[in-house]
Amino acid sequence: MAEKTEIIVNGKQTQVLTTWTVDDLILDLELEGRQVAVELNGQIISRDRWSDQTLGSGDRIEIVHFVGGGEEEKCLMI
Amino acid sequence: MSDDLVIAGRKFRSRLIVGTGKYESFEVMQQALEASGADVVTVAVRRVNLTDKSKESLLDYIDRDRFTLLPNTAGCYTAQDAIRCARLGREAGLSDLIKLEVIGDERTLFPDNEGLLEATRVLVKEDFVVLPYTNDDPVICKKLEEAGAAAVMPLGAPIGSGLGVQNPNNLRIILETVSVPVIVDAGVGTASDATITMELGVAGVLMNTGIAGAKDAVSMARAMKLAVESGRLAFRAGRIPKKLYATASSPLEGVLT
Repeated sequence: MAEKTEIIVNGKQTQVLTTWTVDDLILDLELEGRQVAVELNGQIISRDRWSDQTLGSGDRIEIVHFVGGGEEEKCLMI
Repeated sequence: MSDDLVIAGRKFRSRLIVGTGKYESFEVMQQALEASGADVVTVAVRRVNLTDKSKESLLDYIDRDRFTLLPNTAGCYTAQDAIRCARLGREAGLSDLIKLEVIGDERTLFPDNEGLLEATRVLVKEDFVVLPYTNDDPVICKKLEEAGAAAVMPLGAPIGSGLGVQNPNNLRIILETVSVPVIVDAGVGTASDATITMELGVAGVLMNTGIAGAKDAVSMARAMKLAVESGRLAFRAGRIPKKLYATASSPLEGVLT
């Protein structure tokens, strides 16, 4: 049985298994097939690396996507 | 005769670029995008809401075969944030176009040109096609061009203000100063504003609030399409000089006496 560990996903403490990759997290969050970008500890993880990149204790993950916007009102990201 | 908007070698038929924010629904946005005739639409990069997954995705309403996505760095207040946002946008959108915003002041949403220049230099090195939102200042526009910006996007008036172009003379000087396309970003409130802007000879207009904030966004989108086309046609046709006194348009010869 795999151990659990805590990471931070979009600013929120999240429990994952130590065996998980980015791909597993994306599946768990039901984001597969969605046009998202993933950043791990400030570094972008390209889609082709999702299945290789494992997650470790304290990792900070940001998952972003596109929202409506143009010439923009004040609205801070991340 | 074709009269495409060309940015870094990419051709677009429409000279109107539209935003995707502030619409009452995705359906209205979708209809407005269609009515605007735009080829390029700008989108913001934000965290995915992980607690409310029921939310539909913006991209479900944008036909990627029809529209080119222009990710933007709206809401970024430092060069570093904007660079980070641009990289994430490229990763999410698989497009190297970026509408670069580094905002310097919350109340006016005027750009921080120092940060903007810094971010432009970094992103150009990373092979982004950088379209920076800036002031209507010929000096900064020239510096951005020298830094490798693919176009410059001076504001016509503050974002969301709907005031129309406030300083047409500066835009004229910018047009003489840079050789990259000049796209007026922000300030257009209604169709006549868009026409007046295009009549100056700028390459294009980018707007969001002017359409999305109208009572009938879809009709305004169509009005803006026609206005941008009209302004462009008038610019190319070459207007008559302004004169103080009348000049008769009917022949004076053969007038009954």
